[in-house]
Amino acid sequence: MIRVKFPSVFVSITKERKIEVDADGKTVKELLDILFEKYSELEARLIKDGELTPFINIFVNGEDIRYLDGLETQLKDGDEVTFIPAISGG
Amino acid sequence: MKIAGLKCRICGKEFPAEPVYTCDNCFGPLEVLYNWDFIAENVSREKIENGPRSIWRYADFLPVENVEPIDLGAGFTRFIKAENLGEELGLKNLYLIDDSTNPTYSFKDRVVSVAVTKAVEFGMKAVGCASTGNLAGSLAAHAAKAKLPAYIFVPEGIERNKIVQALVHGAKIIEVEGTYDDANRLATEIAEENPDWGFVNINLRPYYAEGSKTLAYETVEHLGWATPDQVIVPMASGALLCAIHRGFEDLERVDLIEENDVVFNGAQPYGLPISKAVKYGKGIEPVRRLETIVHSLAIGNPADGIFAKEIIEKSSGFAEDPVDEESIEAVKLLAKTEGIFTELAGGVTIAALKRLVEDGRIDSSDVVVAYLTGNGLKTTEGIVDHLPGTVKIKPRLEEFEKVIA
Repeated sequence: MIRVKFPSVFVSITKERKIEVDADGKTVKELLDILFEKYSELEARLIKDGELTPFINIFVNGEDIRYLDGLETQLKDGDEVTFIPAISGG
Repeated sequence: MKIAGLKCRICGKEFPAEPVYTCDNCFGPLEVLYNWDFIAENVSREKIENGPRSIWRYADFLPVENVEPIDLGAGFTRFIKAENLGEELGLKNLYLIDDSTNPTYSFKDRVVSVAVTKAVEFGMKAVGCASTGNLAGSLAAHAAKAKLPAYIFVPEGIERNKIVQALVHGAKIIEVEGTYDDANRLATEIAEENPDWGFVNINLRPYYAEGSKTLAYETVEHLGWATPDQVIVPMASGALLCAIHRGFEDLERVDLIEENDVVFNGAQPYGLPISKAVKYGKGIEPVRRLETIVHSLAIGNPADGIFAKEIIEKSSGFAEDPVDEESIEAVKLLAKTEGIFTELAGGVTIAALKRLVEDGRIDSSDVVVAYLTGNGLKTTEGIVDHLPGTVKIKPRLEEFEKVIA
């Protein structure tokens, strides 16, 4: 199972912060498709003009998927996928 | 009332003025929305000029109401006409704002004073931040004054003096294996789990960022209520440049200045995303590995990058990306010409300014303001090996005479 953590700003759509998804062996993109099926509103807010919004970063086991294989990053049993608002400033 | 709420910087959706930082409609960042009629009625040049010698002389523009600020005396720092450095660079009207003289020796006191005041107002149980070092010291000091515990996340390997400064005030310093971006991700997760903790640059970010606007107000006040032709601003996340831009806009909105066509220039160490995007006409592309010794500007995924780039381009400014050696030389040049020892980020700013003048982007008669954001004693590791050593002698006159012979 893949552990998925949402930020509080998703809760109005997802109702919960932490879920488990059966997405072993799938890619992050395929995981997103599963989540969009479950939470249809999430897709409209997360995808703008066919691209993932730059204001939410996706991490697999703490690493930004930009530095892995992006949406093609492979998931395995026990992985943690975290959605985090893009906020930074030293 | 001065504060009307919060507003999404992307889609414009409005929210009540609470400790929230992300729009639930488009996930964009939020900013403070003011009641400008109220502010225009209350503010005046005279009122400001008779105010305290700190950022709180501009309280009419800051998102704090009905509560005493947590104030260590941040802001209204030295404004210097840099004649010697100007002569070296070929500028007749170069001015510096020297934030190395703030209470904890960096510009961060401006933002932290506002953010910790909001944490107290919201009744938060603790404060925290992710930091490259300057914010750590500032938050630790203001938290001590506010009697709040502070949890501060820094990347491993930042300058020792910045850690010591934060520790001495009693803050809990958590050194995270990895870069600033790793520390920031962890801090954001912790902020999400603890909504009654005020993470100043995360869930208090809309308020926090407002403190830096005071650099624009000070610039204008010191120039006799006029704007400069060009500014040069160091960039990490790009938030500082955006805040200074908002500051000039605020003054125009309430008619405290007559015109506002300031050219914005950014400075970032070589290889970082915002300067790269401006200089080479690309989008902001985050960088995982950061190869610079200028830790205070080393943010690989700058949240305000797209906004900073837009401001620079709209104002017909530019961004420069000096390599570390140029920045070290610039720290030394500033120290030798003006008697100011700034940290490496200030070196990046002066080195970028030098390039902009050499490339003809800044005219010799332009009124230019450069922002020096921190104190050189915080980053001595980066400079000590680039200075001549001391001269050791026995305590005898003839030994000294040999030295100067």
